[in-house]
Amino acid sequence: MEIYRLTIHEAHELLKKREISCEELTKALFDRIKSVDEKIRAYITLDEEGALQKSREVDKRKDFTNPLTGVPVAIKDNICTEGLKTTCASKILENFIPPYDATLSVRLKSRDAVILGKTNMDEFAMGSSTENSAFFATRNPWDTTRVPGGSSGGSAAAVAADECIFAIGSDTGGSIRQPAGYCGVVGMKPTYGRVSRYGLVAYASSLDQIGPITKDVTDCAMVLNAIAGRDIMDSTSADIPVPDYTLSLKPDVSGMKIGIPREYFGEGIDAEVREAVLNAAKVFEKMGASCEEISLPHTEYALWAYYIIAPAEASSNLARYDGIRYGVRAKDYEDLIDLYKKTRSEGFGAEVKRRIMLGTYALSSGYYDAYYLKAQKVRTLVKRDFDQAFKKYDFILCPTAPTVAFKIGENTDDPLKMYMNDVCTIPVNMAGLPGISLPCGFSGNMPIGLQIIGRPFDEPTILQAAYAFEQATEYHLKKPCIDSDTASSGEQKCDKEPDAGKGVIA
Amino acid sequence: MNYETVIGLEVHVELLTKSKVFCGCSTEFGGEPNTHCCPICLGMPGVLPVTNKKAVEYAIKAGLALNCEIAAYSKFDRKNYFYPDLPKAYQISQYDLPIARNGYIEIEVDGKTRRIGITRVHLEEDAGKLIHEEGKNNSLVDLNRTGVPLIEIVSEPDIRSPEEAWLYLNKLKSILQYIEVSDCKMEEGSLRCDVNISIRREGVDKFGTKVEIKNLGSFKAVRRSLEYEEKRQREVIEEGGELIQETRRWDEVRGVTVSMRNKEEAHDYRYFPEPDLVPMVLDKDWIAEIKANLPELPDARKERYVKEFGLPAYDAGVLTSSKALSDFYEECISHYHDPKVVSNWVMVEMMGLLNEKGMEVEQIKFKPEQLAAMLRMMDQGTISGKIAKEVFRDMFETGEDPEVIVKRKGLVQISDEKELERIATKVIEQNQKSVQDYKNGKQKALGFLVGQMMKETRGKANPQMVNEILKKLLG
Repeated sequence: MEIYRLTIHEAHELLKKREISCEELTKALFDRIKSVDEKIRAYITLDEEGALQKSREVDKRKDFTNPLTGVPVAIKDNICTEGLKTTCASKILENFIPPYDATLSVRLKSRDAVILGKTNMDEFAMGSSTENSAFFATRNPWDTTRVPGGSSGGSAAAVAADECIFAIGSDTGGSIRQPAGYCGVVGMKPTYGRVSRYGLVAYASSLDQIGPITKDVTDCAMVLNAIAGRDIMDSTSADIPVPDYTLSLKPDVSGMKIGIPREYFGEGIDAEVREAVLNAAKVFEKMGASCEEISLPHTEYALWAYYIIAPAEASSNLARYDGIRYGVRAKDYEDLIDLYKKTRSEGFGAEVKRRIMLGTYALSSGYYDAYYLKAQKVRTLVKRDFDQAFKKYDFILCPTAPTVAFKIGENTDDPLKMYMNDVCTIPVNMAGLPGISLPCGFSGNMPIGLQIIGRPFDEPTILQAAYAFEQATEYHLKKPCIDSDTASSGEQKCDKEPDAGKGVIA
Repeated sequence: MNYETVIGLEVHVELLTKSKVFCGCSTEFGGEPNTHCCPICLGMPGVLPVTNKKAVEYAIKAGLALNCEIAAYSKFDRKNYFYPDLPKAYQISQYDLPIARNGYIEIEVDGKTRRIGITRVHLEEDAGKLIHEEGKNNSLVDLNRTGVPLIEIVSEPDIRSPEEAWLYLNKLKSILQYIEVSDCKMEEGSLRCDVNISIRREGVDKFGTKVEIKNLGSFKAVRRSLEYEEKRQREVIEEGGELIQETRRWDEVRGVTVSMRNKEEAHDYRYFPEPDLVPMVLDKDWIAEIKANLPELPDARKERYVKEFGLPAYDAGVLTSSKALSDFYEECISHYHDPKVVSNWVMVEMMGLLNEKGMEVEQIKFKPEQLAAMLRMMDQGTISGKIAKEVFRDMFETGEDPEVIVKRKGLVQISDEKELERIATKVIEQNQKSVQDYKNGKQKALGFLVGQMMKETRGKANPQMVNEILKKLLG
């Protein structure tokens, strides 16, 4: 097998045994990127020089105790990396090189992970397809005419196309889980407060959360071990002990109670998606868990409340991009107001402007109660639905997204249709819960994501459930067929007709 | 027609914490522009605020000293507006759940105590400064001040005259200095004040149309602008005009207020809860601890001066009006037995010189114990009261010990009986007419002879002994 295809745990074993060097692995990944990224376009910035230098340092040190040491990672371009451009896929930060690291970057660096580069995304994480990047759209490795999902589309595509060993994303309304689902990889949004947000360029502060995108559930647990925990730089990070998440990797769900919310299987949910998720429920039942249909009655309002709260916070968070201190400034302006207007008109894309306007309106004097305050009340109700359910059920099972990845350009003229893509993931952010997406089938050639939602800070349970499902199935072993790599290497086998039923244990 | 003036004050005070309210940068005043900054106070992408506990403590302390209720649950909100001195384009402030509310300050007006309500005290961050260079078409931004903790103290519209506003401000400043949460230096911007003023016909309950005045650089400016504004408003009404709700700018040079913007142009700050900071649950025990450690406040100290030291209320009021002055006084009486004597020297000589030189108590060169030492030299007869004034002035200017000054200037009092008798004999010989007058019963003549002796000794003769010796020699 080509070493760029390794998972973290596989790479770790080989590095530890010195069967491969970190430099070899890093080089293999850059070769891989050079051969396929032309088609996928997952990266905005590559740091080949920095990564190779780091890899040589790691090889010299010869200490591979930590599973992330020497493992190449791709980081979403809204997470600050000192000395490495961080653009948020926006023109307004096109030239921004942070003089500081996000806590996430510090944690990865302190474990000697090798940062390959920064991945493409929807501008300021606003979008569900990565088409809102100011620079270019990323393509889905399973079908390059389709979107990889978003907003962490670059990270998910990079993992699916083996352009990194693992990646980091951020999730405000589904931005890790939905692209992970669309790209057939594992993506987790941890509980709000589990991972420090310091240095994550804010979209909606009360909803944003950083998380891993990996090739399997074991890797997800390993990354979470490294990045979770209290950070004095982030007041909203929780002062709750971090367990060893790899201890949850037991293929055992017997006796667990699973809630299947009927609201996530209604109108707009693709029949094949529904079937795959219900099929997954059967897998769990076969392993000794019990499934019951439940109701989360306020689900339908969550999306609309989200589109008040997130834009409201965004309108304030993005106000600092005024061209005064950093970033891009418009060239010709008359006075201060004109400088603001031109800089922001030229610097922001259409979706960002749309959300800034929505949020500004929602917070305006005289409208605050009707919009923002009301939305916060809805948020409380959404959270209460989950609290009720978790009194009885250990986790909740539902689709990650209503459909599989759609065609590039299919939804760009219809923001409301685009927003519907996050209907299954948004309630989880609104309630601050942990959620994980992992592959549970295919519709044609396109992967289907299964979402497992847990209690606050109960990442261990959803990791255990996800691991059990993964062990019982083979969906995660399927790889996309990227045309150019069949041409360049005969090794890659493309599954022409993936069979959704094939992976289910008898 | 009689009108009643209604005034409310909004005072912003910088807190004396060492570091800023949401990051670790220094709060020190001055410094090269943009040197007390970090990614957090510069509002760089992705950074987050973390609340400085000391700033919260100081805000609670201020709330308690202003007789407020302290909130059990308080939170921060964002106040959104664009300006280059505000790097995040929002100020972290407090909207509906301030740290303290419902307090009061007592002031004395014409011998009567007036209680002025305090609506609220809230904690927020300061903005930076814009520097407009003369003759240049651009402005420079200095963000050293960005993120320095501020408390905003809002009064109820209980103030009824510019004089009361002035008294309120002095009292507020005094209290905040006593509890050492702020140095309240208006010239350094650590105390800033906006006022709201309206007038209404006497006996009418409804408030008149209020005007906000900005750009007030001193307490004097506050008083003058209010005096100007109450007159202006009266004239507008009496001429049959209508007042509009607006913000006016005080023009210190011309002594007038000028319209800045009206109500329609007012900002919509789009306040909403700051999602980057968790709400504060203010622990009861912590508040109790802060309360227990509050120092003596000016009113209590004044009362003590009257009771313990027997000072007149007026003197006690003057001495306690500023913490620095009062501390100086107390330090002095810890080295000297008679508080009344010290009070006289501090209030007359010391404050006289301070006024004359336009100086603050903090700038005094000599130490309180030096004044005490000088007073003891008087008691011991080393110097006379008259000489003491000269010594005091010298001490004020040089900061030298009174002993050193007396020695340097040769001011030691002549108490040697023989020496004084020698001089007295000489004076008697030279002033026979006065001697004759005295012998004829003119007591005044003795005074003249004493004066001559003082002149002869350049004021150094012990006045009591001079009297006695002259009387003895004149039989």
